[in-house]
Amino acid sequence: MLKVAVLLSIGRHPASGRPRRAPLDARALELALRLPGAEIHAVHAGDPAEPVLRDYLGMGLDRLTVLEIPAGSDPVPALVAHLKALSPDLILAGRCAEGGEDSGMLPYLVAQGLGAALLPDVADLSAGEGTATLTQALPRGRRRQAEARFPLVVSVHPAAPEPRQSAFARARRGLVEAVAASAPQDGFIGECEIRPWRPRPKRLRLAAGGSALERLKAATETKSGQGQVLVRPTADEAARAIYEYLVEQRVIGTS
Amino acid sequence: MIATALSSLILATLAAGAVLALQHARRWRAGQPAGVDIVAGLKALPGRYLVDVHHVVARKSFNARFHALTAGGFLASLPLLVLAAVPALRGWLLWGLLALALAVMLGGALMVGYRRRVEKPAELSQGRFKRLPYALLAYAAAFLVVALDQLAGGVLPWPLALAFVLAGAWGGAELILGVGRGPLKHALNGALHLVAHPRPARFHDRAGRDTGLRPADLEAPKLGSERPLDFAWNRLLGFDACVQCGRCEVACPAYAADLPLNPKKLIQDLVTAMDTAADGERRTDASYAGHNHPGRPIGLAQGGAALPLVGPGAMIHPDTLWACTTCRACVQECPMMIEHVDAVIDLRRFQTLELGATPAKAAAVLEELRVTDNPGGKPLARRTDWAVDLNLPLLAEKGQCDVLLWLGDGAFDLRVQRSLRALVGLMRRAGIDFAVLGEEELDSGDVARRLGDEATFQDLARRNIATLSRYRFGRIVTADPHALHVIRNEYPSFGGHWTVTHHTAFLLELVESGKLTLKGPTGGSVTYHDPCYLGRYNGEIEAPRRLLDAIGLQRVEMERSGLRSSCCGGGGGAPLTDVAGKRRIPDVRMDHARATGAERVAVACPTCTLMLEGVVGQRPAVAEISELVLEAVA
Ligand code: SF4
Ligand code: SF4
Repeated sequence: MLKVAVLLSIGRHPASGRPRRAPLDARALELALRLPGAEIHAVHAGDPAEPVLRDYLGMGLDRLTVLEIPAGSDPVPALVAHLKALSPDLILAGRCAEGGEDSGMLPYLVAQGLGAALLPDVADLSAGEGTATLTQALPRGRRRQAEARFPLVVSVHPAAPEPRQSAFARARRGLVEAVAASAPQDGFIGECEIRPWRPRPKRLRLAAGGSALERLKAATETKSGQGQVLVRPTADEAARAIYEYLVEQRVIGTS
Repeated sequence: MIATALSSLILATLAAGAVLALQHARRWRAGQPAGVDIVAGLKALPGRYLVDVHHVVARKSFNARFHALTAGGFLASLPLLVLAAVPALRGWLLWGLLALALAVMLGGALMVGYRRRVEKPAELSQGRFKRLPYALLAYAAAFLVVALDQLAGGVLPWPLALAFVLAGAWGGAELILGVGRGPLKHALNGALHLVAHPRPARFHDRAGRDTGLRPADLEAPKLGSERPLDFAWNRLLGFDACVQCGRCEVACPAYAADLPLNPKKLIQDLVTAMDTAADGERRTDASYAGHNHPGRPIGLAQGGAALPLVGPGAMIHPDTLWACTTCRACVQECPMMIEHVDAVIDLRRFQTLELGATPAKAAAVLEELRVTDNPGGKPLARRTDWAVDLNLPLLAEKGQCDVLLWLGDGAFDLRVQRSLRALVGLMRRAGIDFAVLGEEELDSGDVARRLGDEATFQDLARRNIATLSRYRFGRIVTADPHALHVIRNEYPSFGGHWTVTHHTAFLLELVESGKLTLKGPTGGSVTYHDPCYLGRYNGEIEAPRRLLDAIGLQRVEMERSGLRSSCCGGGGGAPLTDVAGKRRIPDVRMDHARATGAERVAVACPTCTLMLEGVVGQRPAVAEISELVLEAVA
């Protein structure tokens, strides 16, 4: 029987910063759940008490193994040790996590640790005897078909199918199995400052009147060389500049 | 001899009817237990029948009249026929009374015949129901002849008299045996449903309105209803009371837009499925003789009492389940007081909580809602972005206020922001001491709950209640009828009790108390679209109209208005589940508005605003009531 391991991490919602199922790992699990007759082993390295882990169970898993490691430590050695013992045919993981370093290196490091091949950016796959047929997502919507022998590590691309809904009752019934594991402290991540992500500010231009197309163009077009650059302005100067701009754009009235 | 034949035939039919009814009752007694106060229900039964049911039936006065005549005559004739079994009682008095009762019934039966055979309203079912007028006429007319003959001392030759007895007995058998299977389901099932109704508070003898959904026990082994047997027994009894009158079908906005939902068929799907023995027997819907779910042929759906109800090949197609806007128009019109929306929500709860089968976009919204506390996945701090220049006071900073303005999720939408700005402007002019919660305000949980996600709803409700409980304020005012309904009617089950006023009622107070002064008539014509969650859910249909009159607009009513208004298509998560039909529900509603010839259609709900603004082509302009009031203030 096809043995599939899925590596699941905890995501972080960009707007609220709250933990959630990581969108790409959820897609990896979705691909695994679509493989007919596969024996699925879901693995997370971290805190088994994290409630969000249940969101993965709600997708239809009976159990989820958690390698218990302290926050801020490197999960790779624990994962490699666990996977060596498990020796799955196929290992699936999202190509990049949310939170943590977000370097996208984890699948590569795991593959290296196991001495297995890795195929990145997979959007779809099916498994045969000893091999898998995979569809890779390339830039600009191109796709590439590939065939690879087991054991194989696959990183999953955002173009993979949407993960199924997590059902509350299944999430509640599923089992989280904690397994003790050792992990070295990750010096790098400990030193990083973590701030919420913010979109790059866009110049706001309101266009009154004109056709819908003109308004759309005005709202989306960027022109260079406009406006003024304030370098390290005082709070007062910055506020005044913003205020004048908003009045100029008629976002706020002057009365 | 004729008299003996007459009463023994009736006695035999009644006995057979009783046996059948008991057998029939097994189907709904197989449901889940329910806490029902039978004694109180029995006491209230006559009142509920004569006041509440009559009130619904009498919306068509012709129907009320023929029901009174036919049922009155029929019910009076039965005991008289039974008494005729005692030879000593057979006298001119008995036969006279019987003839009178039957004559009354004959009048009603002729009216029924006229309605079913001449008028032929399309929403009525055929099949067994087609024979109803003949059965009524046979019973009333043939027995009337027999009674008159007996009164005259038996002048008819006996074979002829016996033929009349037999004809009448056929009618009687149709009627009495039809009590269990239809058409006369209202006689027994309907009455029992009134006794054991799951929402006794909706009747005139209690509060008169009860529209909040019941909390689901999230610890239960199975959440929501998967099979007919998972419903409480009194719910099954309710479905079984459906007489297929089709009033719900006529009122349903989804049906009107040719979405694959006909509430009458939905109830009959449940009845057909529960008709099987409990052991996994299957049955198709082929015996149903009314209108289908638009676009879905009859005869392909299959189900049973112990089989899953919802699925592509099952009794109820998922599209049917998710097309419902929870507008309650069907509940409002149903003479049998059936609670369609409760059934829809029970089924959705199973789909969402147990199967994770909420349709695509709706599932994504629920996930965002869980992680960000608003359906759009936006940072909560941005709820008040549109008011940067208005300096909205935050309750967290003020600590207390008279009016807490609940903004709702509409505050994230550009169009709705315009009406919120108008409302804030009006409150400022009136000098109201108000505040908002800002980023402490979470989604009320309305959409999650209507989509069956009771877990997310309860979580949001509990956290909103915890926030609100920290502050002191006089009351909540909101422009969102969904939030209003949830906080007013559904939070109390979780310990949140607050006075919630809709902004239309609030603005009316301000105008009537002189806090807002009006310029005098602004002119122009307007038609008012009642939001379901304000009108039918909360009975508030007067304040918005008085407000429009006060500002001097010429108000015209749509064909459907007030408590019988028709939905904009925005409730119940329907814009998210987005089930396709031939038309869109808001287009149908806009047709109603267009037909009035009014220049503008006034709305009082952010969802209605967005749905109706989304209608393309020539149409009246959509204006939120606060915008209209702002135009009119001096
Ligand atoms: S559900 Fe009610 S309104 Fe609809 S057909 Fe049945 S009895 Fe009539
Ligand atoms: S609640 Fe409204 S949309 Fe749903 S079935 Fe009833 S009438 Fe139709």
